[in-house]
Amino acid sequence: MLEEKYQVENPYMPERARIVRKYDLTKDVRFFQVRICDQDKVFHLTSNYKPGQFMMMSIPNVGEAPFSITSTPSRPGLFEFCIRKVGKLTTKLFELKENSFVWLRGPFGNGFPVEKMIGKDLLFVAGGLGAAPLRSLLLYALDNRDLFGKIFYLHGAKTPEDMLFREEFFRLKERDDFECHLTVDSDPTGVWPFEKGVVTKLFRHVEVDGKNTAAVVCGPPVMYKYVVEEFLKLGIPDDQIFMTLERRMKCGMGKCGQCVVGHKYTCVDGPVFTLWDVKNIKGLI
Amino acid sequence: MRVLKLKRENFLPFLKGLEKWGELWGPVKKGRGYVYAKAEPEKFELKALRTLIPAKKFFVPKKATILKFKNGEWKEHQEVKNRVIFGLHPCEIHALNIYHKFYTRLYPDPYYVKNREATLIVGLSCIPDDKCFCYNTATSTVNEGFDLFLTDLEDKLLVWVGSPKGEDAIKGLTHFLEDVNQKDIDDYISWRKKRDGSFKLEVDLEGMPEIVSFSYESPVWEEMGEACLSCGTCTMVCPTCTCFDIEDEFDLRSDEMNRQRFWYSCVFREYSMVAGGHNFREARSERLKLWYTHKLVGFMSEYGSPACVGCGRCIASCPVGINILSVVRALRKEKTDAFWKRMEVKNA
Repeated sequence: MLEEKYQVENPYMPERARIVRKYDLTKDVRFFQVRICDQDKVFHLTSNYKPGQFMMMSIPNVGEAPFSITSTPSRPGLFEFCIRKVGKLTTKLFELKENSFVWLRGPFGNGFPVEKMIGKDLLFVAGGLGAAPLRSLLLYALDNRDLFGKIFYLHGAKTPEDMLFREEFFRLKERDDFECHLTVDSDPTGVWPFEKGVVTKLFRHVEVDGKNTAAVVCGPPVMYKYVVEEFLKLGIPDDQIFMTLERRMKCGMGKCGQCVVGHKYTCVDGPVFTLWDVKNIKGLI
Repeated sequence: MRVLKLKRENFLPFLKGLEKWGELWGPVKKGRGYVYAKAEPEKFELKALRTLIPAKKFFVPKKATILKFKNGEWKEHQEVKNRVIFGLHPCEIHALNIYHKFYTRLYPDPYYVKNREATLIVGLSCIPDDKCFCYNTATSTVNEGFDLFLTDLEDKLLVWVGSPKGEDAIKGLTHFLEDVNQKDIDDYISWRKKRDGSFKLEVDLEGMPEIVSFSYESPVWEEMGEACLSCGTCTMVCPTCTCFDIEDEFDLRSDEMNRQRFWYSCVFREYSMVAGGHNFREARSERLKLWYTHKLVGFMSEYGSPACVGCGRCIASCPVGINILSVVRALRKEKTDAFWKRMEVKNA
């Protein structure tokens, strides 16, 4: 065991990538499209990840942090990220123009178990920035529509201006192969055409076969409890309820320890956990 | 395993002979304690038990540059030196075996792997003191993870050859070594009896994973948290602690950026803090609970044994007496004379 030789690429070595497009989704959340500079690696990296995985993005001398990938591997070529200006690194990221470089490592994390979701009904519940990782899985499911049963996407935001991918979801609402329901807590603009209220109000539209449904939730921590209650009412088993969590991470590979919860490393055993994990690992939520 | 005999008078020449393999490091006296240092073999303290900082520092250094950024490119950076590390006791070697499993699983750490390959590990037997309890953690003897292991029988030493690397290292030194005879074996057996009989401390770790799990809401954590200084000493001196942080540092002299990896501690306040300032473990008690849960429960689930090797470093180092012994006793609701138990609990 101790004499084995390991021939590996250095997983700490970042890959140079170019910001090819960016625009604001809300007043503090920006959308970034990023392309790996090394032509030989572009296709492999952007088509082989799983929805729900994350990348470590860094700017030299500023820092490195994990970001969920919001694009889908079914549309390779670019990585997309949805980033809120909240700390040192993201503030610096917001200063970068198109054609600037950032550095990526990854993808890391377990991602959503897409292979276990095939043939099942899918129920997504997104709140606020939680739409970022869920968009990846939603687009993946829509791009491979025949692999899944019914699909419901419920999305809540504080106000219409805080809703991520607002226009994109408006267009998706027009599709008739899945149901997309949007809600806002309040509407200062006065022109919001859809529902108002908390996201759990949207559950009355949901008609799924609970036992054969994969439910996915991502949003602010306060939301989980109420949404999970609704999932359970629908008869969805604990191990088919998925949530993706946030933690501080420095390596992404189960080494630095900073994302540890109980004995699980969020970066390798997560960030996607089932309700069963949450019930059994103290401190996950 | 091949075992050879080394006469006492040949001990120092034998160690010097290993210098062909690499720089010679071993335990030397510093202040009131011991440290692993590069030194002449005459300086090595054969009776030293625990060094202040464990041997993990040779494999993942306290602080090291892992990448350099210059002219728009990242380049790998590591200074690897061939080193012979002498004087590692069985507990230390067991800790390194845990370290090895940890650093080579999933994404093998290239820096660790290179350092490990460049190191010759020469173990040394010991007689326990009042802080040793490797007998309770089943780490008082060692079968793998060393290249050579010396058992000190006063007038002679037995040399166990534990790896092909060790075999290579003693080529050219065979004139110092002899085959063992029945007398040597008998001497070893009586030494073992004496050694096994000299443990003074007993820490009952039986059933600890369950007890720690059941004690999640125990007031013990609050009491400890009240006393804990969040200084991080326990994690720095623990031979199985692995956590680190990574930061970029600008080097003004060379116009380079250094990405540095340095030891970090789960008892530091910022450990679980994410961007925006939310802290998943704001309370000191929460962070201590994480440390002990990870040692006694987490490793058990992942590797089948607790991540405590009974070296006694936390017992010798924690300024407020929070250590594996006092925690285990408190969780077992046994009498403990721990300093923090005598403190009046506030805000509990």
